[in-house]
Amino acid sequence: MTALAVRDLQKSFGGLRVTQGIHLEIAPGERRLIIGPNGAGKTTLFNLIAGDLRPDGGSIALFDRPITRLPTRARAHLGLARTYQIITLFPKDTLLRNVTLSLLGLSRLRWNPLARLDRQAHLIAQAESALARVGLGAMAHRSLAETSYGERRRVEIAMALAQNPRVLLLDEPFAGLSIDERGEVKALLASIPRDITIVMIEHDMDVALDFAERISVMHFGAIAVEGTRAEVVADPRTKEIYLGE
Amino acid sequence: MWTILAINSVTFGGLLFLLSAGFSLIFGLMRVPNLTHGSMFMLGGYIGSTAIVTWHLSFWLAAALAAAAVAVFGGVVERLLLRRLAGSVLAQVLVTLGIAFIVSDFCLMVWGGDPISIDTPSALSGGTRTLGVYFPTYRIAIILIAVVIAALLWALLERTRLGAMIRAGVDDPEMARVVGIRVSRLFTVVFCLGAALAGFGGFMGAPILSVYPGLDFAMLPLALVVVILGGTGSLIGSLVGSIVIGFIYNFGLVLLPQLAYFILFLPMVVVLVLRPQGLFGRAAP
Amino acid sequence: MTARRVILAVALLVMATVPLWVPGNYYISVASDILIYAIFTLSVDLLIGYAGLVSLGHGGLFSLAAYTVAVCLGAGFGHFSAILLAIAVTLAGTAVFAALSLRTTGVGFIMITLALGQIMWGLAYRWVGLTGGDNGISVASRPAPFGITLATSAHFYDATLIVFALCLFAYWVFVNSAFGGSLKGTRDQPRRMSALGYHVWLIRFCAFMFSGFLAAVAGILFAYRAEFISPPTAALTASAEPVLMAISGGSGTILGPVVGALLVEIVKNVASAYISRWNMMLGAIFVLIVMFMPEGLVPGTARLVRRLRAQRAKAPTT
Repeated sequence: MTALAVRDLQKSFGGLRVTQGIHLEIAPGERRLIIGPNGAGKTTLFNLIAGDLRPDGGSIALFDRPITRLPTRARAHLGLARTYQIITLFPKDTLLRNVTLSLLGLSRLRWNPLARLDRQAHLIAQAESALARVGLGAMAHRSLAETSYGERRRVEIAMALAQNPRVLLLDEPFAGLSIDERGEVKALLASIPRDITIVMIEHDMDVALDFAERISVMHFGAIAVEGTRAEVVADPRTKEIYLGE
Repeated sequence: MWTILAINSVTFGGLLFLLSAGFSLIFGLMRVPNLTHGSMFMLGGYIGSTAIVTWHLSFWLAAALAAAAVAVFGGVVERLLLRRLAGSVLAQVLVTLGIAFIVSDFCLMVWGGDPISIDTPSALSGGTRTLGVYFPTYRIAIILIAVVIAALLWALLERTRLGAMIRAGVDDPEMARVVGIRVSRLFTVVFCLGAALAGFGGFMGAPILSVYPGLDFAMLPLALVVVILGGTGSLIGSLVGSIVIGFIYNFGLVLLPQLAYFILFLPMVVVLVLRPQGLFGRAAP
Repeated sequence: MTARRVILAVALLVMATVPLWVPGNYYISVASDILIYAIFTLSVDLLIGYAGLVSLGHGGLFSLAAYTVAVCLGAGFGHFSAILLAIAVTLAGTAVFAALSLRTTGVGFIMITLALGQIMWGLAYRWVGLTGGDNGISVASRPAPFGITLATSAHFYDATLIVFALCLFAYWVFVNSAFGGSLKGTRDQPRRMSALGYHVWLIRFCAFMFSGFLAAVAGILFAYRAEFISPPTAALTASAEPVLMAISGGSGTILGPVVGALLVEIVKNVASAYISRWNMMLGAIFVLIVMFMPEGLVPGTARLVRRLRAQRAKAPTT
């Protein structure tokens, strides 16, 4: 059984083929890194997996369950969570409210027009512990606008983890972070238990290589090199792809 | 009877073209549906009429004055207000709405509540009878003028540097800025141009439609329909759309008066729902 | 926060006793209109402030309710049936409006709702057999709930105040509810909300339906207050006014739309005795607010007050 299986995925924008027959099989609990030069189609791949884009061909399966036709929200309910390259949270709200919204997304309560949101003790308690888990418990009542970029990234990860996902997609989680902040996020990711499978896109090689077990190198919309960390690093094609850039 | 209706339809289409060509350019370039556009049409009618009745200017001088005055008004609105809100399309739309309210009352204050109509210029009054049909000269003239203006606009867009910049701005404003086009200056030019066209159209329409309070909010939705059907930023789309709407409007009023507005707006709703970019133009944002 | 509570309490007292201190039936009717437009503005701001969708077509829904009441009464229906039918018909119309306009957001939404509102106006104006066209329809009488007649301005005002209070309460519960939280989320980050598991379209649709319900309530009250309904109630200006009211008062707040409606109605009815061009004033105030106090009067004033307080706290004591 694979956690995430992508078969022959195709996507074109007008005449431009951005995704060409991608095959990807990620085992449960795996830590997969996807790298590649700019424009290789990494974020497009994430958008296809998450459901923001409809593929022109091919299939996607989550724990052997086909999700190619499912809308984004349904995939969230099946255990798929993601973070974005550019952090887009709810700046006018507190950290607690941000995480609460994440928890609410999978709860029946989200349709309730009577129950006061800030009185839902159970939900709020869960949100508080989700924030504590990423080391931001003390800032729960601060407004998101008053936090640093690194803190926001951790809030975003907290929101993803709060939904108890089975597969977590991280799109350049280290982008824009200072050295210290990178260390914090790295430690956080390392602490995530194995019942969550992680697929990460990253540019920052130092931090990412540490993290990865298997690596897929993308180039011009296809997977060019794939294997364990050692294999990929040693492969001459990897250097070619990056130097050719 | 049907021929007269057909002629009137094309004439009305011509006026609509003058109204909506500017609206389409403004919307295409600035991404703002200019809710003051109907007001500009009406202002042109009022100013031009006053020029004839009170200042005894000739018809064509009055037309030029109407276009110029409304263009200046447009320029002031764009530079003083819209430019300050650059980046927020919603705020700009709301401001144009507020200004429409101001202009509407201003005109009521200055020109009163009675409709003002002016005579067709003596050179163009009357009509000719050919093939057993009576062709009112003025209405034919409007059609010709609209066609000439359409041709001039086409030449402007396709053959001049300014036009190239406008087309670039409509296609991709970010790219246009990167390439060095002074987009904010372009906005002012296009806004004034659109205003001038609307004002001119309002005056040319005065002998036929009269000018009256409420003309602004009556014409604005029509401009919207034409631009949605014809595509934003598309000249051919505006021309064809205007004529189609001219026909639907005039024939609809005669054949199905109770549902006239329904059949007028329904195609627009259908298009917006099925194809947000209209029948001709590029994708609306 | 006690200053706020005091202000609210005073406001409530003022509102509850209007028939006692307002001079004459005309102004009591104006007070009723303020409450009616407050409900209407709340319905519009539910979409603007909480869903992030600006509708320029709500006049169509408002007038649909008013016309349905008038037509039903004219056809011999009783008040209860007329009101029920008006709500049902307007909800059906709202569903159509919502299904069509929710295909887009932003500017596209503005344009579709504008067109839909225009269609309603066109039907009101031209379907003379049903609506009486430009002549309008008279509403012969007002209901008498529990045997109390609403024929007098004072009694009608009291009934309107009760309905307004109920609507305001329902609105407050709604926007502070879990669903309200979902709605606000879709306003700020619709893409993120989808990824979190929310059905963004359906959330907006449900909000639109509640908005339509409030517009229906306002329309029904209006039909009874004016005892007459005609096409201008569905015109573009009628749809634009609540947008102006909501944004001027403070979009996305509960009191903002109410204050906005109060401001506009006062300008219209009271100031117009002294200033003849109230539309111009309304437009000018609106433009100024959009340019310089975009959050609206209620939050803007609160912000100014906070700033003044902070400055005073910093100032050295003499």
